[in-house]
Amino acid sequence: MTSNLLADISIFVLSLLVGFEVISKVPSTLHTPLMSAANSIHGIVFVGAMLTAAQAHDTVGYVLAFVAATFAAMNVVGGYRVTGRMLKMFRRAPAPVRRDPEDASSGGTTTP
Amino acid sequence: MSTIEIVTSLAYLVAAVGFVVGLHLMNSPATARKGSQLSSIGMVVAVAATVAKLADNGGITGTGWAVLAGGTVLGGVVGLWSADTVKMTAIPQLVSIFNAVGGGAAALLAVADFVRIIGTTNPSIPARVMVPTVLDVIIGAITFTGSLLAAGKLQGWVPGQPLVFPGVRVVNAILVAVMLGGGSYLVSGSHSGWVLLVVLVASLGFGVTMVMPIGGADMPVVISLLNALTGTAVAMAGFVIDNTALIIAGALVGASGAILTKLMADAMNRSIANIVVGGFGTGDTGGVVAATGGEVRQIAVADAAIQLGYAAKVIIVPGYGLAAAQAQHEVAQLATELEKRGTEVSFAIHPVAGRMPGHMNVLLAEANVPYTALREMDEINPEFPQADVALVIGANDVTNPAARRPGTAISGMPILDVDKAKHIIVVKRSLGHGYAGIDNELYTDPHTDMLLADAKAGLTELVAAIKSLDA
Repeated sequence: MTSNLLADISIFVLSLLVGFEVISKVPSTLHTPLMSAANSIHGIVFVGAMLTAAQAHDTVGYVLAFVAATFAAMNVVGGYRVTGRMLKMFRRAPAPVRRDPEDASSGGTTTP
Repeated sequence: MSTIEIVTSLAYLVAAVGFVVGLHLMNSPATARKGSQLSSIGMVVAVAATVAKLADNGGITGTGWAVLAGGTVLGGVVGLWSADTVKMTAIPQLVSIFNAVGGGAAALLAVADFVRIIGTTNPSIPARVMVPTVLDVIIGAITFTGSLLAAGKLQGWVPGQPLVFPGVRVVNAILVAVMLGGGSYLVSGSHSGWVLLVVLVASLGFGVTMVMPIGGADMPVVISLLNALTGTAVAMAGFVIDNTALIIAGALVGASGAILTKLMADAMNRSIANIVVGGFGTGDTGGVVAATGGEVRQIAVADAAIQLGYAAKVIIVPGYGLAAAQAQHEVAQLATELEKRGTEVSFAIHPVAGRMPGHMNVLLAEANVPYTALREMDEINPEFPQADVALVIGANDVTNPAARRPGTAISGMPILDVDKAKHIIVVKRSLGHGYAGIDNELYTDPHTDMLLADAKAGLTELVAAIKSLDA
């Protein structure tokens, strides 16, 4: 067992723990965008596809690299785009239309 | 260690920080968007560093660059197009498809690595590479076909009901045996491309047979589970090609996906094992307790409009049926109309409302309902006794008081305390059963009126009727 492998395993285990910790506090309101965000993060597989393409030297290698790059690019680009689209729609309370003026001036001034 | 290697490693670290902090910012709707942007910046940094590494090291051929560029453009365009055109009601399908291609890509990395090495003279792959290779191929392939099938089910291309064919357990057992047997054979040092192919095909098949018997309301949990599996596959790919960025990001998603899956399963009071093995709604649960009996009272749109129009406090309970009828804009209109009349309106969102947990929030956000009006179950439940009217639209099992008693199919599932409201109006297409297949005692409650209509059409009429109240 090389030290490199041990380092990789340590990183893996610690990242798992961070993953558990970071997510357990997310409110269910955000579960769908969260799932989509996590989905785009595993688009990091695109980096792997690039490294694989760098090693390809025959037809089989090129075909596999091409399909992997296509899949991974779709995952990462589409994932971030759709997460952003969803989150853009989440907005705070409406501009204070039906509140009386006093209430609006005290509570609604900080939001742009 | 060369300069470029140091730079790349540091860039991967920056990316990892971006992912972790980005996920952390998803804790609140106010910062979630920033979180997603931060995470995407991390991704750009990781990709840019990798491009620099490839250019510097020179190992990549011209064809390699062309293949990479071609794949990136093709995948990127398809990804952008689908992300920009998808309807918000179809988000679960799209997430599932992106998940499928991610898992597929992860599996292909390991396949490509394996094929390249066995093509050399005197190939030798140590177990430290072979173990993650086998795991990556198995997990990645399962998520590929499993997620595609899940997307097909949600889209209605494949029947959404749990499909069980005779002997499915035997088939599953055989597939698992092939995956494990073939995997062990490969790890033991016999580098056969054919064996890897057999393992790959068996895993692809298992993805199908695993998702096939799961249906309806359980699909979101499965999608989340598959998401976690893709993360794990990506981490395994990271071990295969010895890349820390893949290991970290993959593990993060694997763990967060697992937690999310558990949260969702808990919200339905189901165990993950129970869902994957199947049983809910397939006749295995039994023990259905008969409803208390009693009459169902129907109400006309005009009467419902009067009740809502003159209420001081209304709590709207949207459910799966509202999402299925795509009536999110109509319900938002109704809320606006009531607020104009001075009624206090809140939305009670059960953790598993919609087609995916949190999906209802996205749909209502699209319809311009501010997230501050959307209240989570624990927060809104104490307010039901003060509500003049609770308006239930297309939600069933999550409002069934039978869940509080032991001995029913949904016992122990956390529910919205709709029955405690002073008055209840249920908009529902027919008097059918919910997903759990049991009667909803709420419908026969003396305080409940049923408005039998399609959610979209019914709400449109209701809005019109409320508008004409003062006319």
